Amino acid sequence: MNVIVEREKGLLELEKRIAELRTLNANQPVDLSAEIAALQGKYAQIQREVFGAMSPWQRVNMARHPSRPVAGDYLAALDRFDELHGDRHYRDDPAVIGGFAKLDGRRIMAVGQQRGRDTKENLRRNFGMVTPEGYRKVKRLVLLAVRLGLPVVTFVDTKGADPGIGSEERAQSEAIASCLYAFCSARVPIVATIVGEGGSGGALALAIADRVIMLEHSVYSVASPEGCAAILWGDAGKAEEAASRLKLTSEDLHAFGIIDEIVPEPLGGAHRDAAGLIAATLQRVAVALDGLRALTSSRLLEERYRKYRRIGAWQGRNRETLSAVR
Amino acid sequence: MAMPEWLRRRRSKHENGEEAGTWTKCPKCQEVIYRKDLVENLSVCPRCHYHFRMHAFDRISLIVDNDFAEVGGDILPGDPLEWIDKKSYPQKLAADREKSQLTEGVICGFGTLAGFPIALGVMDFNFRGGTMGTVVGERITILLESARERRLPCIIFTASGGARMEEGMLALMQMAKITSAVTRFMEDGNLFVTVLTDPTTGGVSASFAFQSDVVVAEAKAMIGFAGRRVIEQTIRQKLPENFQTAEFLLEKGHVDMVVERAEMKPALARILDYSLGGHEVAS
Ligand SMILES: [Zn+2]
Repeated sequence: MNVIVEREKGLLELEKRIAELRTLNANQPVDLSAEIAALQGKYAQIQREVFGAMSPWQRVNMARHPSRPVAGDYLAALDRFDELHGDRHYRDDPAVIGGFAKLDGRRIMAVGQQRGRDTKENLRRNFGMVTPEGYRKVKRLVLLAVRLGLPVVTFVDTKGADPGIGSEERAQSEAIASCLYAFCSARVPIVATIVGEGGSGGALALAIADRVIMLEHSVYSVASPEGCAAILWGDAGKAEEAASRLKLTSEDLHAFGIIDEIVPEPLGGAHRDAAGLIAATLQRVAVALDGLRALTSSRLLEERYRKYRRIGAWQGRNRETLSAVR
Repeated sequence: MAMPEWLRRRRSKHENGEEAGTWTKCPKCQEVIYRKDLVENLSVCPRCHYHFRMHAFDRISLIVDNDFAEVGGDILPGDPLEWIDKKSYPQKLAADREKSQLTEGVICGFGTLAGFPIALGVMDFNFRGGTMGTVVGERITILLESARERRLPCIIFTASGGARMEEGMLALMQMAKITSAVTRFMEDGNLFVTVLTDPTTGGVSASFAFQSDVVVAEAKAMIGFAGRRVIEQTIRQKLPENFQTAEFLLEKGHVDMVVERAEMKPALARILDYSLGGHEVAS
C-alpha cells in the first residue's frame, strides 16, 4: 500500500467534512463559519505535518502516487502532439510514447515513459517498464530529431527497464546501450524532466540531457529501493532503509550536480494541482530550450561531454597511498 | 616469455604459484582439481570446461605480450554517500582490497597484443562484484580518452554485477560518462572491442559492453541485463539452464562470437589486424 495514499485518507475525510459544513452553512440560518474555520486550521496543520518534511521513503511513495500526473498528461498539455509508433522491427511498446510536438510554438520531439493511471492501463503499459522495442523506438525518434534539427524533450517515469524473459531474449542491454549512445551523440538540445520515478538505467536511457529538470517529490535512483535492498541485503522488504541511504531526492541530486533544477510541488504533491504543476514544468522546459538554442551543435556536444565527464570525477581529496597493495 | 616482475607480484596467489599445492573444487561440476593443473589449464575446469572467474592481473598476463603500463591506478574511491549498513562503505572497500589485492574493480593501461599496441581495460569480479562506481567510470573514461589521443584500438574485458549501490546515483551516472567517452572514441574511427566474461549484467551490460564494434563473449559466461534471480522472482518460475549464457546470446544474435579462454588472445589478434584497414584513401 502506498504510504502517501494512506496518510491522505484522514485529510480527504476532513476535506469532505468541511465541504459538507459549507453546504449546510449556506442552507440554514445557524452560522457555522467558526467551526469551518477551526476545521480548516486543523486541516492545514495536519497537511503541514504530513507533507511538510517527507522522508525519502515517503518521497518514493509520492513519486508512485496513483494520482500523480503521468508523462502522457504533459504531452497532452503541449500545443500539439503527433504520436509516432513502433520500433520498425518488432512492435510498438505502449510503455513509452513519443512523437512530433509543439511547445508554445517551438517544434520539438517529445518522448515519455508512460505508466498507467489504473490497473487496467498499467497492465497494458507494463507499469511503465520499457522493453527493448520501447528503447529502440526512442532511439529512432532521437535520430529523426537530429536529422530534422528538432530539440528532444523527455519525461521520465519508470521503476526500471523491463526485466522479463522476452526482454532478455531481444537484447534489453543492447537496446538501452544504444539509446544512451544516441542521447550522448545527438547534435540537438535535449531537456529531460524526471516527473515520477527515475529507476536505474531504464530511466537514464531517456535522461542524458543538456538540462535535467526534476519535480520536487520525484525520485531518481541507481536502483529501486526494493531492488537495492534485495541486492545488498537479500531482502526487498528493507526498501525503506535503502531509500534512506540512496540519496534519491531532488535536493540530494541537485547537490551532487546530477540534476540542474527543481520544480516545486504544491503542498501535498503534484496531483493537488496537476494543471498548474504541468504548466509550470513545461514553462521550465521552454526556458531551458531557449537557453540552449544559442549554442552551436559542436558547443552543445562539448558542454554535454564536460557535464557528464565531471560527475564522480576524482577530485584529489580521496587519494590514498597505494603502498598497501604495492 | 618471461613474465615481468611487477606483473608476477600482482597476480593472484594461486596463479603465481603460492597455492600450487592445494586443491579446489569446480563450482559447476564439483570436480576436485589440483590448483597447479587448474592454472596450467588457464583456470578452466578440465572436466566440464567451466571458466573460473579470473583475477584481473592473471587476465592481463594472458592477453598482453610482455608489457603493461597502467593508467588511472592512482584514482581511488571515496565515500560520497557516507554509506553505512552492516559495515561502512570504506570498510567494505578495505576488505575487498585485502581479499583481491586490487585497488578497484577495473585495471586499465596500455600494452601490446601479438605485436598490436592496444588500450586494455580488465574488470575484476573479486572487487565488490565488479560493480561500477565512480572509480571504474573514471578509469575507463581516462583509458578511452588516452586511446583516442593515441589512435589505438581499445579492448575492455567486462565482469560486473552492475552499478555499485553504495555510490548511488553517482555510480549510475558512470554509464553516461563512459558512453560519452565511447561515442568520441568510436566516432573518430577507432576500433572498440568488448569481451564479456562471467558475469556481465546491469549497468555495464546496458552501456559500454554492448556499444562496441565487436562484442566477444567468453565461453559459458552469464550475460544479461537483469540478474537470473531477479527474473525468476518476477516470473515465479525456473529459467532454462542455458538462459543468458554466451552460447544462448550467440544463437539470439546478441554477440559476434563466443571464444574459449585458450583461444582468446589469437582471436583478438585476428580482429585487431582488421583495424589496420586496407583501402588507402588518397588525400
Ligand atoms: Zn567443472
